[in-house]
Amino acid sequence: MTNQTSKQWAIETQDLDIFYGDFRAVKNVTLKIEPKKITSIIGPSGCGKSTVLRSFNRMNDFIPGAHVKGEVLFQGQNIYDPRIDPVQVRQRIGMVFQKPNPFPKSIYENIAWGAKINGYKESLNDLVEECLVKSALWDEVKDQLQKPALSLSGGQQQRLCIARALAVKPEIILMDEPCSALDPIATLKIEDLMRELSNQYTIIIVTHNMQQAGRASDFTAYFTMDTDRAGSMIEYGVTSQVFTNPTNKSTEDYISGRFG
Amino acid sequence: MQKSISISNGSPESLGIEHKRIFRNNKRWSENIIKMLLTLAGIVSIFTTIGIVYELGKESLLFFNLPGVTLRDFLTGTTWQPTIGKFGVLPLVTSTMITSLVAMFVAIPLGLGAAIFLSEYAADKTRKVLKPLLEILAGIPTVVYGYFALTFMTPILRGIFGQDNVEIYNMLSAGLVMGIMILPLISSMSEDALHAVPRSLRDAALGLGATKFETSIQIVFPAALSGIISAIILGISRAVGETMIVAIAAGSGPNFTFNPFKAAETMTGYIARISGGDLGYDTPDYNSIFAIGLLLFIVTLVLNMVSRAISRKYREVYE
Repeated sequence: MTNQTSKQWAIETQDLDIFYGDFRAVKNVTLKIEPKKITSIIGPSGCGKSTVLRSFNRMNDFIPGAHVKGEVLFQGQNIYDPRIDPVQVRQRIGMVFQKPNPFPKSIYENIAWGAKINGYKESLNDLVEECLVKSALWDEVKDQLQKPALSLSGGQQQRLCIARALAVKPEIILMDEPCSALDPIATLKIEDLMRELSNQYTIIIVTHNMQQAGRASDFTAYFTMDTDRAGSMIEYGVTSQVFTNPTNKSTEDYISGRFG
Repeated sequence: MQKSISISNGSPESLGIEHKRIFRNNKRWSENIIKMLLTLAGIVSIFTTIGIVYELGKESLLFFNLPGVTLRDFLTGTTWQPTIGKFGVLPLVTSTMITSLVAMFVAIPLGLGAAIFLSEYAADKTRKVLKPLLEILAGIPTVVYGYFALTFMTPILRGIFGQDNVEIYNMLSAGLVMGIMILPLISSMSEDALHAVPRSLRDAALGLGATKFETSIQIVFPAALSGIISAIILGISRAVGETMIVAIAAGSGPNFTFNPFKAAETMTGYIARISGGDLGYDTPDYNSIFAIGLLLFIVTLVLNMVSRAISRKYREVYE
């Protein structure tokens, strides 16, 4: 990894611990995310991948008892600083979820809603088109913007969810297993889209799919569960490096499919 | 156990008799009895309804066959004075409308506010304590509510608006207390509807940088709208049909007025008074309560049908 002294990381954590009540779910995560690249987080079930991802835009705030120790720096600012408004954090660090979860509204309204509540002043029509073009959905839905979003296929719904996240103009997009509910063709479309979007956005993706991490990400972080059931990061580096020449035995076992 | 079944020669005759497993006769009597009992339970409620409709219809016919009583006068007349042969139901209807309207003015905002608080804001523990507490309100006998209206609410209203303006028996007091009675029905049913909206929709909204309030009002509330509308309409039916509170606190004399400070008898209040009084069988007054009962029945039936239609129309399928 490149490492300049004054490097501006997209997200930087230092000895991050995440708790659910008294239970430490994730420990000692020190991670620097490269801006405008795709970073994947992989690891066996229960190792805290999603927990870490959700800590990056304070989505864990809504889980009773969840709290963090340590810092998550976004452009040098700790997003857990009490003076920071978590609502603003989520506007700048967007999220796409495991199951496509469009609002039960029209396609148009799905995209426009986030912009409206954030006080978007310019033309909503232009914004909707722009976001749908960016998420490679425009050609498929341009004639049916008023149709309910739930009439779309699962893959289209997930791309709509990505378009919806883009409409808020985030700088980082967090994706929590975005393809786990999709078929292989829809999955490939999302991966192509991620590649396209990484020109403008930092993307962090949690995935269970080893091939996906291998082919679609620039960097890979491997997490595993420790004996105290707390997840921790075992290995982190350039994806090709992690996949072909892992430094850790556990990483190698997981990647080669020996467990997980 | 030795298996001697040969696949190549699988005809029944070839199976050794010791390996033959015979289906026992179908003698699950208990299952049939249970089925019968359950069917009976359904039939009883259906026949009860049919019986009520029959009785209401029959007695109403007697009423409308009385000399000088016409359906048109009944539905459009503004004076209800059976002694002089005036059977215009409107005074009773307006009183029912006003008390119900006042009740809904109390119950809808408070009930929905409580529902949104419980479902979206309250911690799980708070919710588990508060919801049953609120539902206790629904368990208070309505006669208690009636006296609460008469001896607690009315003096307060008279204190605020003046003794000269507010009559001792008045529709406002009865309506307000009726609203409190209906509040738990609306809040509890709406809370169920809000709570049933999947977590993933809230996550989606919050993840876009929406505040909790924006998420609750603009995403969760519309998704639960069909259930909420059903709750409100059920609340209205409850208000229209409520008897004890209005009988005690709203006054006992038909009065064609839209002023909630005045006393005016509702449809239900009238029915209660006549059926509890010493009027003889087959007097016009007596027969008239069945006509009013039928009208009430039709009103609540229509409300229920509207409720079903609306909840079908606005059902937002969220998965």
